[in-house]
Amino acid sequence: MIATLLQIAGVFGLLSLLAFGGGAAVLPDMQRAAVEVHRWVTAREFLDMFAISRTIPPGSMIVVLIGQKAAGVAGGLVAFLAMFGPSSMLAFAMARLWHRASRAVWRETLERALAPVSVGLTIASGIAIARSTEQGWPAYVVTAGTTLLLAFTRLHPLVVMAAGAVLIMLSSS
Amino acid sequence: MANRSITSHSRARSAGPASLAALFMSFLTIGSTSFGGGLTGWIRRELVDRRGWLDDQQFLSCYALSQLVPGASNVNLAVLIGTQLRGVVGALVALAGLLLVPLAILLTLGSFYFAAHGAPGGRLLNEALAGAGAAAIGFNIATGIRLARHNVRRVGPALIATAIVVGIGILRIPLLEVLLVMLPTSLALALLERAR
Repeated sequence: MIATLLQIAGVFGLLSLLAFGGGAAVLPDMQRAAVEVHRWVTAREFLDMFAISRTIPPGSMIVVLIGQKAAGVAGGLVAFLAMFGPSSMLAFAMARLWHRASRAVWRETLERALAPVSVGLTIASGIAIARSTEQGWPAYVVTAGTTLLLAFTRLHPLVVMAAGAVLIMLSSS
Repeated sequence: MANRSITSHSRARSAGPASLAALFMSFLTIGSTSFGGGLTGWIRRELVDRRGWLDDQQFLSCYALSQLVPGASNVNLAVLIGTQLRGVVGALVALAGLLLVPLAILLTLGSFYFAAHGAPGGRLLNEALAGAGAAAIGFNIATGIRLARHNVRRVGPALIATAIVVGIGILRIPLLEVLLVMLPTSLALALLERAR
């Protein structure tokens, strides 16, 4: 039991530090480790878990299900801490560095440089996720409609998302 | 001009520092409303629009830094914003608020799944989630468009943002490669502008 927990901590702690660009980057490695190397879950279970956890914020929460299958609730919690702990510490170090430079000229310049990059990434990642997860025109219509409504009107996001959910249900029935 | 008035407006509202309780409640709300996605949109809406703790510039900086650190970028964003607002305790409070509800729900879903040996929920629930997910993606893109309208107003930065959208969104070039090219380019541009 303890050995399994240590393995879980090791696997996900390492993946946490390799996940440049987000958890999706290490999904194939995660599958290999969980299914083939340690045999915590079957390939089918991994897909089910991916489907269940996909809509749960803030992403990468599949590790909780894998850990839970391997070693119960304790395993789920260890996987969770291992996946988010190390990267959070790096983010904290980055935040401290950023804060310490709050009056430096280079930070102001860097801020100006980062703004258009962030804006581009926000839009680009939305398009990339839509292309890799959505099938069929109803989903694209909902994404495009939501984009226009929320960018140019003051509608509440939940209202628009509920409308999207209803539209997809109607279109497939 | 519209840009300036909006930025100064959100600065004006951030007179008091964020209390830890308010910070926790904000991230608890974000973690509870962002099922299906749209986290970037929810975080900006809550912290910039509603609370006024950050302006768009600070939000965008934190967002870019969150992408440079490995790991789930939304979690990194919570850590970066929490640290900026209230130091290490702020980071922990933001993390706890963001993750509490999703973790509890996932552990519950997990026990159902392991008991039933199958994915919980029916076809209808899956379709509803897919629809909400498609809309949530639109929410994130819309947030990007709003940020672009207020913060990217010169030709150079606009070209950089467009190149990133095309590179990652259309051509599917890996994020890391795009950043390795576009970050230095953007930095060079900012340095040129400062020198002028």
